[in-house]
Amino acid sequence: MSSTAEHAESHAHGHGLGEAVTHNAAKFGMWLFLGTEILLFGGLFAAYALFRAKFPDLFYDSHKKLDVTLGAINTIVLIFSSFTMALAVSASQRRNRKWLIILLAITFICGAAFGVNKYFEYSAKFHHHIYPETNIFFALYFMMTGLHMLHVFLGMGIILALIIMAKQGRFKEGNRYTPVEVGGLYWHLVDLIWIYLFPLLYLIG
Amino acid sequence: MSTHDHTEEHHTGLRVYAAVCLALFVLTAVTVYVAKFDFGDFNIVVAMVIASIKASIVALYFMHLKFEDKLTWIYALYPLFLLSLLIGFTLMETFTRVPVIK
Repeated sequence: MSSTAEHAESHAHGHGLGEAVTHNAAKFGMWLFLGTEILLFGGLFAAYALFRAKFPDLFYDSHKKLDVTLGAINTIVLIFSSFTMALAVSASQRRNRKWLIILLAITFICGAAFGVNKYFEYSAKFHHHIYPETNIFFALYFMMTGLHMLHVFLGMGIILALIIMAKQGRFKEGNRYTPVEVGGLYWHLVDLIWIYLFPLLYLIG
Repeated sequence: MSTHDHTEEHHTGLRVYAAVCLALFVLTAVTVYVAKFDFGDFNIVVAMVIASIKASIVALYFMHLKFEDKLTWIYALYPLFLLSLLIGFTLMETFTRVPVIK
């Protein structure tokens, strides 16, 4: 590792060893956190596997009450939001503040659209008197999609914070764009989990 | 470490991201379409294979895993290994349990 003097110098330049180390450490820390997230959902995936193996007919009959079209639209919305988030990270690397804010805003709107869609879906279920206590399939459906929705909201909060930081000029030349990249990783994980939830809940063949 | 100073600035182009996004859309359409056919016990296998291809594309390109070092790869894959143990042993128990006769 470098001496203190070198460290100080690299900080002054903003692109030296110190910055690279903190950037990589932050990214690595986020990957570690994503691992815990996968295991958090993993418990529910294991419960799903267990109960689907025990009650295949119940799962098949219950899943027919879910709206595949709405689920597919939400899948597309979330994938598109991952696309705009990836572009936002790219814009932050190029220090393009205008496009960074535009792309983050689009990502945020996609998250909101996902939430609105989910609100209508849940309302339709409640309207048909389908609740978490209806049966084990719907208990898992509400728990898994609910926990996922919570992550979408948290991700939207992070994106909002990034937009504010970008407006304040935090990601200008010489400054780190680490928060954008790390926030992006979190948002992509939300997309990743939905990629599995969609076929498991909506498309039981 | 100094050679890694700028490795985080891998400028994946708009074209690559657009192609990735399009591929994910197509795979979503494929998984919805394929679900209409009955492959028996393989339904879930087909659905999970497509989902895993999609997930891999997201991780490799959107999450830049393709450009990450070995350590990040290990920490990205290790939870999946644990998850496979969790689900694997849960199912093993379910399928091998002898029903209790009252």
